[in-house]
Amino acid sequence: MTPEQIIFIIVAVVTLTAALSVVTSRNLIHSALWLILALFGVAIFYVLLDAGFFAVIQVIIYIGAIAILFIFAAMLTRRVMQDSDPQTNSTWWLGALIAGLLFAGLALVLTNWPGLSTPASPLAGDSEKIRQLGLALVSPDHYVLPFELASILLVAGMIGAIYVAGEKKR
Amino acid sequence: MIPLAWYLIFAAVLFCIGLYGVLVRKNAIAILMGIELMLNSVNINLIAFWRYRSSQGIAGQAFAIIVFAIAAAEVAVGLALIISIYRRRNSIIAEDMNMMKW
Amino acid sequence: MSTDLLIWLLPLPPLLAFFLIVLFTRRNHALSHSLGVGAALLSWLGSMVIFIRAINTPHLGSHPFGSDSIVNWLPTGDSWLQIGVRVDPLTAATLFFVAWTILMIFLYSVGYSNYGQPKGDHDKPGLQPHGATISDEHGHKHVVPSVEPMYSRFFAFLGLFACGMYTLVVSDNLLTLFIGWEIMGLCSYLLIGFWYQKPSARAAMIKAFLTTRVGDVFMLLGIAYLYSSIGSLSFSEIFKPETLQKLGSTPAVGGILGLSAAGLIGILLFIGTIGKSAQWPLHVWLPDAMEGPTPVSAMIHAATMVSAGVYLVIRMFPLLQVGSTPENISPAMGVLAFIGTLTAIFSATIAVAQNDIKRVLAYSTISQLGYMIAALGIGAYVAVAFHLVTHAFFKALLFLGSGSVIHGVEHGVYHTGETIDPQNMFNMGGLRKKMPITFWTFLIGGFALSGFPFITAGFWSKDEILAEAFGRGYWVVFIVLVLAAFLTAFYTMRQITLTFLGKPRTQSAQHAQETHWTMTLPLATLAFFAVTLGWLGISESFPLIGGLIPNHVHEFLSDTLLVPPEALPFNLAPLLLSILVSLGGLTLGWLMYRKQSSAAEDPLQSALGPVYTVLKNKYYFDELYDLLLVRPAYWLASTFTNQLLDRGIIDGVLHLIARVASNVGHVFRNYIDKPVVNGFGDFVGTGIKKVGQGLRIIQTGKVQQYLLMALVLAFGAMFYLLYTVIPH
Repeated sequence: MTPEQIIFIIVAVVTLTAALSVVTSRNLIHSALWLILALFGVAIFYVLLDAGFFAVIQVIIYIGAIAILFIFAAMLTRRVMQDSDPQTNSTWWLGALIAGLLFAGLALVLTNWPGLSTPASPLAGDSEKIRQLGLALVSPDHYVLPFELASILLVAGMIGAIYVAGEKKR
Repeated sequence: MIPLAWYLIFAAVLFCIGLYGVLVRKNAIAILMGIELMLNSVNINLIAFWRYRSSQGIAGQAFAIIVFAIAAAEVAVGLALIISIYRRRNSIIAEDMNMMKW
Repeated sequence: MSTDLLIWLLPLPPLLAFFLIVLFTRRNHALSHSLGVGAALLSWLGSMVIFIRAINTPHLGSHPFGSDSIVNWLPTGDSWLQIGVRVDPLTAATLFFVAWTILMIFLYSVGYSNYGQPKGDHDKPGLQPHGATISDEHGHKHVVPSVEPMYSRFFAFLGLFACGMYTLVVSDNLLTLFIGWEIMGLCSYLLIGFWYQKPSARAAMIKAFLTTRVGDVFMLLGIAYLYSSIGSLSFSEIFKPETLQKLGSTPAVGGILGLSAAGLIGILLFIGTIGKSAQWPLHVWLPDAMEGPTPVSAMIHAATMVSAGVYLVIRMFPLLQVGSTPENISPAMGVLAFIGTLTAIFSATIAVAQNDIKRVLAYSTISQLGYMIAALGIGAYVAVAFHLVTHAFFKALLFLGSGSVIHGVEHGVYHTGETIDPQNMFNMGGLRKKMPITFWTFLIGGFALSGFPFITAGFWSKDEILAEAFGRGYWVVFIVLVLAAFLTAFYTMRQITLTFLGKPRTQSAQHAQETHWTMTLPLATLAFFAVTLGWLGISESFPLIGGLIPNHVHEFLSDTLLVPPEALPFNLAPLLLSILVSLGGLTLGWLMYRKQSSAAEDPLQSALGPVYTVLKNKYYFDELYDLLLVRPAYWLASTFTNQLLDRGIIDGVLHLIARVASNVGHVFRNYIDKPVVNGFGDFVGTGIKKVGQGLRIIQTGKVQQYLLMALVLAFGAMFYLLYTVIPH
């Protein structure tokens, strides 16, 4: 077992535990904190996958913005739900079943796929990766269109969020 | 070396945990958290496939960037909606939001 | 103008008058009667021209006029039914009296319908005129006769009738004869019921029509049988010797009574005459027909229509004669003789007990027609034709005279305001001084009817009939006819004495007046003929005066038959007997009634006792027919057909069908329509609703549950694909 594999296993276990705690925790703030841990774990995975840029993006955006947003929202709506109430709805068993079945199905598909054991090939020209990504995102031959659309989507989302959550003028 | 399979199975498990959270939790914010977990697992999948199968190109990464953007936008709007609903109905339990029916 | 064309045109003027009056001149009385009298005059003129041409044509019987103008009328398969006109001696003689009597009666009707008088006080169409009150210059009110409200209608119907009679007389085949016969039947119906608001007139018109109809049905059967036997209805065809022989030798269909075809046809045709000429047993309609106005009684029921019946049998004499030998008459002729004789005596006995002036004359007509039929039955062809002509004249004269009498008495009724029956002879008397012209003409007519010797036509014709009966040896017929002659003279003199002689028995008779010239002129004209016609038929072998005037009648008329009958040699016995009964009857009648006062009853009543009641009630024949025929018919119509058949059975069936249909409908509705059809419809509706309500449950509005459902189904699909795709 190489060191990478050990790291992988540890991080994976931590992340999955954190994720489980997210979905089972009674306290919403605790869920948010566990979420932050899970996101950290995912960032480490990005590093393991030679996508350092993404790891940083993950930390900045997901943890720095999104998770904070979750905490804000939890704070703003704190009064209505008591921590002692059950956190799961009435059909939780069906949800668990579905999730389990989905995993079983995915696992089945994956193990029957021959390309599963492809080893990692060495990267080619890694110092150029970020530059390549930047160029691809703005180049008309590549991905400028999805990039622009994504930005429009962000604008729309921003305006929508302001409007929806804004205080109505009396 | 870490086989691709490990990443994929990890992503699958993470996805299923996120799905469980979406399907089972009462609190609307918790549902959104589950959605975040699912999106993250998708990203892991994308980057893993990029790294192991087509690391020369940049398509996988571009796709992942877009997913990030989408997730951010979606959380923003979703939480705005939850705040608005909370203001109106004084509750954020997803089961109570059952007006979209006959 | 050619004779043939003239003959064809004879029925036309009265028909045109009918249409013109009905369509255009109804309100204008003067125009209507001018059209009527004018038409009668035109036809009279044509008839006279033809008559004169006819008597100047030798051998008219074998070559009658009109044989060149035959018209193809009805297509019958390969051939045609042809019609035409025929004027042989018999027709010419008939045309003579028909034309004169019709013209006289048209003229008489002008006065009878009170032309020019004011409208009545209470007159309305359908009722007799009842008088109008006028005031003169001093303000005194008088009641005068009023004009007939339906003035033009009368002339129109008379015109139609005249057309019918002319058609019958000039036709050369049985079909157009029958057409004329039926037109006259219709006009008889219309005119008897002329005053249709009177219930008795209505009953009489129906009785007349139905009774003659019975005769007409049999006549039509005879015509049909004849047509089917020989394929033609034309007289010239029928009277060919070979046709007659064929009819005589074929037995009648069904072998009825052993008759030959000719015999059966003859009897059937004769039954038509029994109806039309009011012989026993179909005599019951003629006395009731006196409900009609007097010109109608004169024309239709004395001079022309009833004569048409006798005309028919005279015309068909060769057919009736088939099968008779010099010793025995044929069965058809035997029937004629029997019925005629019976009728003659039967109605003469009834006439002696009647008090209505017109009824006496009606029964007298029946009796005289019986005479003629009986005479034809024993083969006295020429005598019958002769008597037909003379009878028409003096009977028309008598009826018109009675109408004049009634008008005169009515005048007295209006003057005095009495309420008496102006037609009852016991309310008259002494009218000789008040109405002289009427008296003298009526007397001439009455004497002619009684056969007053030598100076009246009736004597010569009646005497010839009696002579024929005696000479051919038919004793029973002779004796009965002599008795009938005695009774005829008796009741005629009774009538004249009661009406004209003695003293007036009522105030109205006291104030009676002579009638208008339009009524008395026809009387005088007819009286002239009633006297003079007889002298044309004096038998050659008559002592003293025989041979002075040739027996034109015999010569002319006997030419009609193929085998002319020879004149009988003169015999004194029947002559003496006929003079005796004639004068004796007249004297007895005068003696019995000359002192009749108003309060006394009829002396005949005490003389005959209960027989008088039987006679007065006409042997109760009307009651018998009512019991045997009328009431069963009513029963059949109202009870059997109406209630049983119509309402009970037919309506019952219909109601039953309705009930069954209704019940089936109910069943269908309640057991099939409502549960099944409606139920299915409702089932679909409620089913969908219930399905919808069931499916509603999955739409909870909860997002997580939606997602769950989507994932469940997705998993289902995924597993299916896994297990079908992956193994491959």
